[in-house]
Amino acid sequence: MTTNATECLLQLCDEQFQLEDYQSGVPRWCSGCGDNAILAAVQRLCRDEALRPEKTVFVSGIGCSSRFPHYMKTYGFHGIHGRALPVAEGVKMARPDLTVFVNTGDGDCCSIGAAHWIHAIRYNMNLTVFLHDNQIYGLTKKQASPTSPIGTKSNTTPRGSYLEALNPVSVTLGVQNVSFVAQAVDWIPEVLFDIVKAAYHHRGLSFVRIVQRCPEWLPKSFDPWLHDPNRVQILAHANGLHPSAALSRTYKNQLEHDPSNIHRARELAGDSVNIPVGILYRNPEVPCYEDLIRPDLLRTPELTRSVLDSEMDKYTIWP
Amino acid sequence: MRESTLRDSPREPAPTTLAPTDGRNVVTLTEHILEIISDSGEGAQKCGQSFGSIAAQMGNGIWTTEIIPAEIRPPARSVAGASGNRIRIGAGPVTNGGDETDLVVAFNEQVLLGRVRAKELKPGCTILLENMWRTDGDPTVVASYVETHDRLVAAGFRVIEIPMEQECRKLVSDPRRGKNMFALGMLCRLYSLDLKLAVDQVVLAFGKKDRKVVDANISLLEAGHRWAAAHLDFCYRIPAVRATEPQIVVNGNTAIALGVLASGMEICAMYPITPATSVSHYLSDVFEKVGGVVHQAEDEIAACAFAIGASYAGKCTVTVTSGPGYSLKQEALGLAVMGEIPLVVVNVQRGGPSTGQPTKVEQGDLLTTLFGSHGDAPKVVIAPATIEDCFYSMITARRIAETFNMVVVVLSDASLATSQQPFPRPKFSEAWMAPPVDQSPVPKGAQPYDWDENTGLARRFIPGQPGGMHTLTGLAHDRDSHVAYDANTNEQALRARSLKLAALQRTLAAPTVFGDAAGDLLVIGWGSTKGAIEEAVASLRAQGRRVSSMHLRFLQPLPSGIKEILRGFQQVLTVENNWSDRPEDPIIDETNRRYAALAMLLRARYLVDIDCFTEDRGQPIKPSTIRRVLEAKLNSIDRRPATPDPVPASPTRTGRATQEGRKS
Repeated sequence: MTTNATECLLQLCDEQFQLEDYQSGVPRWCSGCGDNAILAAVQRLCRDEALRPEKTVFVSGIGCSSRFPHYMKTYGFHGIHGRALPVAEGVKMARPDLTVFVNTGDGDCCSIGAAHWIHAIRYNMNLTVFLHDNQIYGLTKKQASPTSPIGTKSNTTPRGSYLEALNPVSVTLGVQNVSFVAQAVDWIPEVLFDIVKAAYHHRGLSFVRIVQRCPEWLPKSFDPWLHDPNRVQILAHANGLHPSAALSRTYKNQLEHDPSNIHRARELAGDSVNIPVGILYRNPEVPCYEDLIRPDLLRTPELTRSVLDSEMDKYTIWP
Repeated sequence: MRESTLRDSPREPAPTTLAPTDGRNVVTLTEHILEIISDSGEGAQKCGQSFGSIAAQMGNGIWTTEIIPAEIRPPARSVAGASGNRIRIGAGPVTNGGDETDLVVAFNEQVLLGRVRAKELKPGCTILLENMWRTDGDPTVVASYVETHDRLVAAGFRVIEIPMEQECRKLVSDPRRGKNMFALGMLCRLYSLDLKLAVDQVVLAFGKKDRKVVDANISLLEAGHRWAAAHLDFCYRIPAVRATEPQIVVNGNTAIALGVLASGMEICAMYPITPATSVSHYLSDVFEKVGGVVHQAEDEIAACAFAIGASYAGKCTVTVTSGPGYSLKQEALGLAVMGEIPLVVVNVQRGGPSTGQPTKVEQGDLLTTLFGSHGDAPKVVIAPATIEDCFYSMITARRIAETFNMVVVVLSDASLATSQQPFPRPKFSEAWMAPPVDQSPVPKGAQPYDWDENTGLARRFIPGQPGGMHTLTGLAHDRDSHVAYDANTNEQALRARSLKLAALQRTLAAPTVFGDAAGDLLVIGWGSTKGAIEEAVASLRAQGRRVSSMHLRFLQPLPSGIKEILRGFQQVLTVENNWSDRPEDPIIDETNRRYAALAMLLRARYLVDIDCFTEDRGQPIKPSTIRRVLEAKLNSIDRRPATPDPVPASPTRTGRATQEGRKS
């Protein structure tokens, strides 16, 4: 890969940051909301990786999840419903030197923004995408989302939702150029952090679906998995998660899964009984769109003058 | 924005050797309109463009217009399938496509019929018609040809049958590829153009191909020239005056793309849509040479959001679209307005609503551009009026967008997009380009939206600036960019975003009046109608009529000084290529008439009873049509007692004037 001219400024000394350097305001999410756990994991990541706050951008759409950037003391972009991904792509294309994260929800990503989701996977720009999937529209007060399990009672489906839930992990794994797919649950912080970290370190579009509790609208929905740790299947591998001994005492249902095996990843993603947690797929070889399309040239006045002149020569009629 | 200066460019007399010297019947003309039409794929476009370039090099004024069928490959020999080019060539500068056509070269009689039925040909128009169909193997083709030929002759057209196929076959095996060069040779002879320049054009067009291809085309060109010299007993000469400074000939979309190159913008995000896409075609070819990127997004919304993201990150970005795509972008444009993100949007208007007439011209998007999105979303709207304007408006738009942190919409249209006209070659200035992205630390205590009390302007913090960290939001927010739902903050922010338009307006010069500053009638236009309006006004003024015109390039904000200009005239009329209710319709009266977009805007702004004349036929309004309308309007003013002020004019009266204009 060539280095873009704008990336030439190197940080030459180590810097230390504290969690407070990334914390902004008091989150207004409901108590017990899974978004809080995601925020904690991401702030820890920023600190551990010493991400410079001014060089980090969190882009979001609309929904509970999309309030996320307001609670980070970095640059943030809280845009419009469904369009977080194309905004983030624009930021990254203009400024490859920035670290760009995307926070999006199941309505934002899998419903109104579904077209952008499919194409973002295909572009494979170097972005880290967190899908906060609570399986319900929260901010608009309980309507069924595409990922709501069939039969979910909501204000728009008072007798239960009619359709099978869309599986975001299966969909993502089905798109050409997919390069990183992981699944986490908000109630296992250790694994959530490990996955967030692996996603950050992957170069390309890292897609992390985080199954996230909504205590307000779906208080009992996640109980089967919370009450039976064996229904959470930890995917472990030398190239994936390395569950700690403490974790392994509670979460005994573990499976060796090689993240380079996409066929196995697709099988695992389709498991309707257990939630597979870990890195399902990783392929560092998929090229990033910005590397393919961005010329390694600085847009200087001299260059502009010479190109414009040679272009206008083609159309010039001399007296 | 730069005023078009074609009229001012110094000129010198053309060498006299350009005229034919064989003593034939040479008619000297001041202008002529010719077109060349064929089935698509037979090269009439190329022939017409080459003819335009040669004429421009000779020093003639030209305006070329593409004749485009709606389908990519319509069936051969179909009435709706005409594809080609129309060239208005003049002794002086040519500012528009003009009226009906004087001479046509047609490769078959069916495409010609389409033009006849559209009333595009002047009575008695000279038709050079391919005659191969007279001896076609299919008797229905022969019958159709003979019938059409005879009817055209009976209708008074001067039809000259030309054995183009037969002549070309002497030189090449497939005349379908190359007949256009034979036609170009004929036209060079007919219009006394320098054949050497035509040969240069062929070398330029086919230079990258095999030498054999170039030679074959040159021999076809020369054969056409020889054939016309031997068999046609007339030819024209249109005096040419060459400009002393270099001119370039491009269409409006290429001019926009060159403007993007010159403006220093780095990213263009787009989704394919007719008639805007050719801007991106051209940019895709050349943008990377200056470090630029064309991103073809998955949809119009994504293109706009991508552009907003890139602009937010410090690189002012352009997104190029047409009406339906513009509608899709509207929500995102509201976000750019709310977040005060600089953004340039090009809307190459086409016929609407809905899919409408994708390849045809309409000025139908003015109001949706001014007032679109939702809530109060002030945007800057500028409309290029000439091909040259298309170039400079991109530089202006980028600059305004970044100075005022606003969305700037450039409203072009399908006519400008596909027409060509020479203009002085722009001389690049470093001042056109954006400064480098500000990455300096933000002073302690500075706020991302420190709205100035008087102008509403705020500095912008760009990602990468230490100390400037904040979350930009589409929610109502305060000076710290914190979400704020309180009443006062909401009004402060609305006020600041609105004041920026006034601040820009204070920097704009008053529009210039074409003609005297006072008179009976002022005609106001915007966009691509400028040339036709001024031509009509000039011809009436030459007869002593008291009419002037004014062309607006800034539609939002409207520059100051307009009210004073309006005061100088008894009546005011806008001429627009969009819909307005016809006053002669029985149920239309002053209480329900829907006025044209600009008329509505000006009536509301200046409280003046401004009338409108509009045509919405998918083609540029002809200068002769405008002239007829203005003449009738002037006649109606002459008949009524003089009033010094336009305000008292009654709606019924202005309505009747327009009605007379239509019927005359």
